[in-house]
Amino acid sequence: MAKLTMAKALNLALAQEMERDKSVYVMGEDVGRDGGVFRITEGLIDRFGEVRVMDTPLAESAIVGVGIGMAVAGLKPICEIQFSGFSYMGIDQLESHAARMRWRSRGRWSVPMVVRAPYGGGVRALEHHSESKEVFYAHTPGLKMVIPSGPRNARALLVSAIRDPDPVVFFEPKAIYRAFREEVPDEEETLPLGKARIVREGGDITLVAYGAMLRPTLEAAEQLAGDGIDPEVIDLLTISPMDDETIAASVRKNGRVVIVHEAQRSFGAGAEIFARLNEKAFWYLEAPMERVTGYDVIVPFFAREKAYLPDAERIVHAARRALQ
Amino acid sequence: MPRTEIDLQQTISFLSILDEEGNADEELVPYLDDDTLRRLFRVMLLSRRFDERLLQLQRQGRLGTFAPVKGQEAAQVGAMAPLRRTDWFVPSFRETAAALWRDTPLSGLLLYNAGFNEGGLPPEGNNDLPIAIPVATQVPHAVGLGYSARAQGKDDVAIVFFGDGATSEGDFHEAINFSGVFSTPTIFLCQNNQWAISVPREKQTHSRTLAQKAIAYGIPGIQVDGNDVLAVYVATAEAAERARAGGGPTFIECITYRLSLHTTADDPTRYRSEEEVQAWERKEPLIRFRRYLESRGLLSEQEVERLEQEIKEEIAQAWEEAQMQMENPDPSVMFEHIYAESPDYLKAQRDAFQKEIGGG
Ligand SMILES: Cc1ncc(C[n+]2csc(CCOP(=O)(O)OP(=O)(O)O)c2C)c(N)n1
Ligand SMILES: [Mg+2]
Repeated sequence: MAKLTMAKALNLALAQEMERDKSVYVMGEDVGRDGGVFRITEGLIDRFGEVRVMDTPLAESAIVGVGIGMAVAGLKPICEIQFSGFSYMGIDQLESHAARMRWRSRGRWSVPMVVRAPYGGGVRALEHHSESKEVFYAHTPGLKMVIPSGPRNARALLVSAIRDPDPVVFFEPKAIYRAFREEVPDEEETLPLGKARIVREGGDITLVAYGAMLRPTLEAAEQLAGDGIDPEVIDLLTISPMDDETIAASVRKNGRVVIVHEAQRSFGAGAEIFARLNEKAFWYLEAPMERVTGYDVIVPFFAREKAYLPDAERIVHAARRALQ
Repeated sequence: MPRTEIDLQQTISFLSILDEEGNADEELVPYLDDDTLRRLFRVMLLSRRFDERLLQLQRQGRLGTFAPVKGQEAAQVGAMAPLRRTDWFVPSFRETAAALWRDTPLSGLLLYNAGFNEGGLPPEGNNDLPIAIPVATQVPHAVGLGYSARAQGKDDVAIVFFGDGATSEGDFHEAINFSGVFSTPTIFLCQNNQWAISVPREKQTHSRTLAQKAIAYGIPGIQVDGNDVLAVYVATAEAAERARAGGGPTFIECITYRLSLHTTADDPTRYRSEEEVQAWERKEPLIRFRRYLESRGLLSEQEVERLEQEIKEEIAQAWEEAQMQMENPDPSVMFEHIYAESPDYLKAQRDAFQKEIGGG
């Protein structure tokens, strides 16, 4: 057991999986000598060498496409995209091939790869460095889309993603890479993909969040608890395939729900959760479902980023509306 | 008979006019009037001092992450100088010196770096595109801009800036190929500064030069000493002249060096040696050009001092202006310019937002 940041916990997951399984490879821009711009791959090149830790040319389409070839032929590549905002050249390979190889070859070939990318706002970054485009991937059958919310679950989910037989897009909320530490066990730990987690049990209202938004959501839950309201908080962890049953069970119990995400509002994960709740919990709802999200604008440059991002105050307001 | 050499009818040359000491090859020196020569130096110096100020302000927490230009001033200023305001300027994210040649207000650049979208407004009268951060994605635009100019009967050209790393991206190859096919008036200006963050040029491509990539696409290519402002000027002037006359695109590889950080988030000591940086410091572009101008009697110690003072004041005043614009930013600006006409759902979001921040 050691108290680790999420950055260190992810590094631990990579190192342990590379140690355990010789077919696990790491590739991407600046992941070798530099240890990755966020230092997630730090030390790996010294331990595992240049064949298994590839400093690639600056070419996202090839990083993903070459990774697909490696995966089909028996390796387990972990491709780092430096920022999720630079993954779009790789999306062609994900949509056109990674997601379809199993289907197209009638089960003969598969693509057990992971595409990791830091995503989300909150670090005063340049344009394209603060977006949350998880739905681009969640919308694609054949891909799994995972987003951890802290050091311990990040480590366990990344191990599961590496061992998963299908391609997994793994978004790392960069705002919390080093924001706090958690106890992370030395021995291996996994968490099932496709399973949400109840972080806080409560009987009055259900709050659903993921990634860096979990923390303001928990803050909001504390504030509400101070006023005698008992919120339940669910951490989604996997965006797709979504664990709608855990959410629906909670909403059937509480009758009120607020979804929180920093991605834009329209066509976001919140809209999908609403649709699933409409199917699975409609008759239990006691108030209109609420969502607190980014606005339908391009994420502004960082001087106005705070105004764009949901915070505890906005979540509390939405909860109060749902509780009326 | 069955195996013969193919004559590609194309070679790549290397051009250098000023050596590291500022001695010129007189036969190659372009004709430039004294004012232009002085302005070349002034903008390079302004760019160097502005870069230093940006770094200071960033370290004080007043600005966000930015990409310093130190060492690449000649490649940028030399390339912009032969062009007109109506020629299209397509930058990536490190083209501060090029932007300064185009008289981009310092206060706008400061605003941009302080995280204000207002800083993205291109100067009136210039055909300048805004900063493009996703590597190489801006390169195709310069093909379309050039094509459009020609289709509309104009003899404007488009110049696009990108780095050595960018030549690994598909967008670069697609664009340069497209440009060759349609013979567009486009100048592909590659600043080979030897590094793409931590990846050295040799690991970016197995090609001996970047310039030779032009051969693959059937367009003229040239490699120049990118720290020699006169060489860059000549190569770009030739390319522009050819493009205006209907001769199509040119690929120019400027050999230069990123003397500073990749960005302010980078720690170069992890991947390159101090000796390497020092070796390039000796080849840096300002000193040799200053010596050359001094040898021609166009610059003196006192004049440089006066310039330094002038530039210092200019930067200080720009920071004052920028700070004024940075006070009490209206957050609802984030709803502007998403579409020509804001859709109803977006207007509703803006109204709700304003009510919420207005204490409603
Ligand atoms: C498509 C894309 N991938 C990754 C990045 C992150 N990144 C920013 S600059 C850079 C290196 C660029 O190298 P080069 O093209 O040589 O330009 P330089 O930074 O040296 O000016 C990288 C990898 C990005 N901005 N865009
Ligand atoms: Mg470079």
